[in-house]
Amino acid sequence: MKIKVIVTLKNGVLDPQGKAIQQTLNGMNFGNVEDVRQGKYFEIEVKEKDEKKAKSLVDDMCKKLLANLVIEDYKIV
Amino acid sequence: MRSSVIIFPGSNCDRDMDVALKKFGFKNQMVWHNDQSIPKSDLIVLPGGFSYGDYLRCGSIASKSKIIKSVIDFANSGGLVLGICNGFQILTETGLLKGILQQNKFLNFICSNVFIKVKDKQNKYFKDLKKDILELHIAHNEGNYFCSDDELKSLEDNNQIAVTYCGEDGVENESTNPNGAIKNIAGIFNKNKNVLGMMPHPERMIDKYLSGEDGSLFFENILDNFK
Repeated sequence: MKIKVIVTLKNGVLDPQGKAIQQTLNGMNFGNVEDVRQGKYFEIEVKEKDEKKAKSLVDDMCKKLLANLVIEDYKIV
Repeated sequence: MRSSVIIFPGSNCDRDMDVALKKFGFKNQMVWHNDQSIPKSDLIVLPGGFSYGDYLRCGSIASKSKIIKSVIDFANSGGLVLGICNGFQILTETGLLKGILQQNKFLNFICSNVFIKVKDKQNKYFKDLKKDILELHIAHNEGNYFCSDDELKSLEDNNQIAVTYCGEDGVENESTNPNGAIKNIAGIFNKNKNVLGMMPHPERMIDKYLSGEDGSLFFENILDNFK
């Protein structure tokens, strides 16, 4: 079963890459772009048929490795 | 004084560290990341570099490698653990040190000499150090130290801020902050001050003709405090 995870920076944490992307978009005449936050996306193939169990496993992985909870939030989608 | 330098795939300051330690009289050994245990040591060093290609987050993969459990046990039993640059990043990812090192504020790789101010001398690294301001070298893309307000307060309250970026005259402000680190932080301790992580490289400042000798002071001081 494939579980998808999105890791993003927490609100308030400076995202210089997102800022650079936003400024570039503004410079390309996408003037209405007010903010960009860059994140990470994972597709994790888990050998598990029960969705609840698989998601709980991935939740553990997020806490232990995939996200650094000092600056990042994660969302299992 | 016996020391061990851990080598991860992608470490590249491990041999510089070996040369530096031996120059000042440490009995140093190199330890591979896949080993289970560390030979008897008084100091463990996690060197600079790009362990595991900086994949996922700098230091995150190395912080789960086989040898790390021994490093954590050693640190928790009071042993001296020093992380330089990528070693500092690894220490934050293990949780031995608070916070995280984010990408530099202006997205640039910085390679230059900097001045750092020693903020605390009640520890085995800086006790009785002859200088308060050292000139060392930095080379990093992720040195922008960050932690939560609560964590910062506890670092300040317990004097766990080890070194900060400053000018030659000791001034700490935005213009002497190379990477955007909060409070100009260049290095911190754990609560017991046996674990030190810092971005500047003392091992690159041990030759008066090639660089400078403020790194020599750092290593000699650790030895003096051990005696």
